[in-house]
Amino acid sequence: MAEQSVDEYCITEEPYYEPSGDEAKVFEAAWRRRLPLLLKGPTGCGKTRFMEYMAWRLGRPLLTVSCHDDLTASDLVGRYLIKGGETVWLDGPLARAVRLGAICYLDEIVEARKDTMVVLHPLADDRRILPMEKLGTQLQAGPEFCLAVSYNPGYQSVLKDLKLSTRQRFVALEFDYPPAELEARIVISESGVDADTAATLVKFAQMTRKLKGNGLDEGASTRLLVHAGKLMVDGIPAVTACGSAISQALTDEPEMLAAINELSASLF
Amino acid sequence: MLMAQDITARLDEYLETEFSFIRSDELVPLILALVPAEQDFVLDWTRRIASTHTEIAHQFLRRATQALVAHEARIIEAWALHAMDVYDRAGLRDALAVIADIDHFVHYSHVRTAGVLFDEVSGVLQHFVHGLPGRALKLSMGDVSWTDGETIHLPAVMAQLDNKEANFQLCKLMVVMQWAQIHHGTIYTELTADLSVWPDLARAVKIYSLLESLRLESIIARALPGLGRQMEQLEADYISALPANWQDAAKSLQARGATAATSQTLLPSFYKFDLPVARLWHCDLDLEALDACRQARITREKHKLRVQLAQWLAELRRKKPAMNKTVKLAVQQPDENSDYNGPLELTINEAPVIPPRIVQQLLGSIQLDFGGIPPEYLVAAGPGEYDTDEQTTEAEAEDPDAVWQGTYHEHGALYYNEWDYGRRHYRKNWCVMREKDVVPVYDNFVSDTLRRCSGLVAHLRRSFEAMRDDERLLKRQTEGENVDIDALVEALADARDGREMSERLFVRQHRVERDITVAFMVDMSGSTQGWINEAERESLLLLCEALEMLGDRYAIYGFSGITRKRCELYRIKRFDESYGDEVRARISGIRAQDYTRMGFAIRHLSGLLNDTGARTRLLVTLSDGKPDDYSDYRGEYGIEDTRQALLEARRSGIHAFCITIDEQGPAYLPHMYGAANYTVVAEVRQLPFRVADIYRRLTR
Repeated sequence: MAEQSVDEYCITEEPYYEPSGDEAKVFEAAWRRRLPLLLKGPTGCGKTRFMEYMAWRLGRPLLTVSCHDDLTASDLVGRYLIKGGETVWLDGPLARAVRLGAICYLDEIVEARKDTMVVLHPLADDRRILPMEKLGTQLQAGPEFCLAVSYNPGYQSVLKDLKLSTRQRFVALEFDYPPAELEARIVISESGVDADTAATLVKFAQMTRKLKGNGLDEGASTRLLVHAGKLMVDGIPAVTACGSAISQALTDEPEMLAAINELSASLF
Repeated sequence: MLMAQDITARLDEYLETEFSFIRSDELVPLILALVPAEQDFVLDWTRRIASTHTEIAHQFLRRATQALVAHEARIIEAWALHAMDVYDRAGLRDALAVIADIDHFVHYSHVRTAGVLFDEVSGVLQHFVHGLPGRALKLSMGDVSWTDGETIHLPAVMAQLDNKEANFQLCKLMVVMQWAQIHHGTIYTELTADLSVWPDLARAVKIYSLLESLRLESIIARALPGLGRQMEQLEADYISALPANWQDAAKSLQARGATAATSQTLLPSFYKFDLPVARLWHCDLDLEALDACRQARITREKHKLRVQLAQWLAELRRKKPAMNKTVKLAVQQPDENSDYNGPLELTINEAPVIPPRIVQQLLGSIQLDFGGIPPEYLVAAGPGEYDTDEQTTEAEAEDPDAVWQGTYHEHGALYYNEWDYGRRHYRKNWCVMREKDVVPVYDNFVSDTLRRCSGLVAHLRRSFEAMRDDERLLKRQTEGENVDIDALVEALADARDGREMSERLFVRQHRVERDITVAFMVDMSGSTQGWINEAERESLLLLCEALEMLGDRYAIYGFSGITRKRCELYRIKRFDESYGDEVRARISGIRAQDYTRMGFAIRHLSGLLNDTGARTRLLVTLSDGKPDDYSDYRGEYGIEDTRQALLEARRSGIHAFCITIDEQGPAYLPHMYGAANYTVVAEVRQLPFRVADIYRRLTR
């Protein structure tokens, strides 16, 4: 069985990340104490970037899985393939992470089906074992293995909420949009716009966040601001950049679109 | 080109000249003077308005021909609809006043203008104003542009400038101006007292509002530079055209840190002089309305904040039982120099905390009224303080019947529009609806029915069980969780033979998740009394027993009512309620009520269905006949409104279906529900068996 090289998953350059609280300390403490982590927060506010940062800081490889509706247990644990008339076992990302002592990060865990998620339970309590029924074995996770999941509690329907039996196994870290000054610094650093433009972009984001619940599911995330900033640096006029990068990403409803574009036209 | 006789005949018909003093021969020349397209336009609207009231139509006709010279068709339509809305709300005299005064309605113009209508822009501007910081404001139509501190008013038509885009920008600036009056301190609590020292209060108010406009405009230009540019584009060089003393005043008002107090200090020096022309988007102040609104708001918000604080602290205590018994709440003072205020920060016993969103909103609103948060507001409500007058009125509103025994009010009721097919427009907020619970009746009905129909129940349960979440094992797939041993064995055998090995060697689980919600709308009108009522109850009971097997989310509501003011929806089972003895008892308790006004029920249940967010949404009506209410919801009117409500439902993605026992059904049901979306059950006693069956077929 060919083992993937560990190096592929290691992060060598420091990713840009500015902590807004003590989330890094909590993560490190949980990792040392072998506790799994749940990152909660709206989309685009730095959860994945935080994981990359922590993986770099702790010097561990990071395996990321983007969860979706069709994700099955064998997608995570592994499956048999047929190669040249022989059955060959291929590890899934979860099994691989356990073997390598890496950090396994399951992004948007609510998107996956509930019965798929139950496969995490033995790994997420103090047993820290991954049963592999098809192989007839169990993998015991070493001290360096870490399980982390992310989820957006905002607008999921009742059916798509995290089961209590799953939630209560994790240490939760809450993420939110950064305070205005920090958010402006992030936008400057990631996109290259000047300070005034960044401050105005942040003001604009705050206006859209105020619309949440009044017709918008979610306000503009920091990520969208960075997109708009990058377009502006490339020469796109501000209002057009906001329209494509932010307004159109937030909604399709014509009146809401018009209103958000009016708001950006008022600022820029 | 219409001939005089045709016109006379049509006018006689629309205006019912036989029964009134209206002389159509006087009106015919007015119409003959128009070109054919305009003739049709005027006659069509005359007919539509006449369905509401012939005198309004008559007065409309007299003026429309003249009005068409100065205004485009859209404006005339808005004028006519506005008159009919006013008629609905306030009666004939006020409606005729609107008709008489089209020029007031449109403001002024001798040239054809391209205006915007409130209805066209209110959606966008409502969202826009929600994005601005501060108190959550509503948008409403008014005679002029003004605010009472909570609602922003705009005129029905804005046609002062010569193109639509400019008029829209003007509306937007009026909205921002009013927002600024609230958010940046123009309408502070002691304003009336401060201005009442002047002998001519009205004049003092005018001067104050002009000074404040100068101040607010510079704040807006600093905080929202894009708007500042738009202001300059719409009305350039306004300040430089002002008299010298006003220009000086402008300088001090435009400085950072200028407040309403600055305007008050300047007021005396301007009291004796002439007033300059106001800006296009200038908004006057109505002190009386402001004070009345503020009074109500202050009482309401103080109470609400204290109750919310108590609830929030209780929740915090639940999470941290070790928390101090006594809590001292305080507010961090915001930076006075910033034009943009972020959310207020609270401290509990000196430690900063982030309060829940509703507390933040209340604090923001209170801060606008008082400039800060009065200390007595930060004391959480004690256990005896939850009950106030407002709470008791809210409690009264909980009991819908109380309204008919005591003083009539519309607290706690929901409003729904109704479609007037003659007018071809909605009557706004026409139906007053309340939800009621069906009183559960614990009798033998349930046990008797289940025993009598036990065979059928078993059969239904089995057939519904087969419809459940489909989980199939797909074999011979190119990829999957497990190896398909049979396929692999064959493939290996093929390889031995020298033939090509298939790639389809895996099995996969295929899941089809049912994501269906259904709302059952049950006719509870008086006509269902007797056999029909019993058949309806039996059908519902059997249906529920079968639906529990399926796991679809479902709700059952009965509907009835009498006149538009008393539309009633009876809760039998809500979506999030579980099926048990109480729901069974409510089904048993369904009794025949009054009439059958269907529109509001369809609209309300459509709203509930869409809130569930399911992929497939069904609305199934169990009815015994045509829509019908006391005097005004009969015949075509009732059918057309029901049809319109069903169209609205369909447009939002809901599938509507009707099950009826009315043999005349095929005469009107295709028009309302569509040719394939209804079924007539010939025998009432068959209803129970058919309803479950039909559901099964609908959702396969």
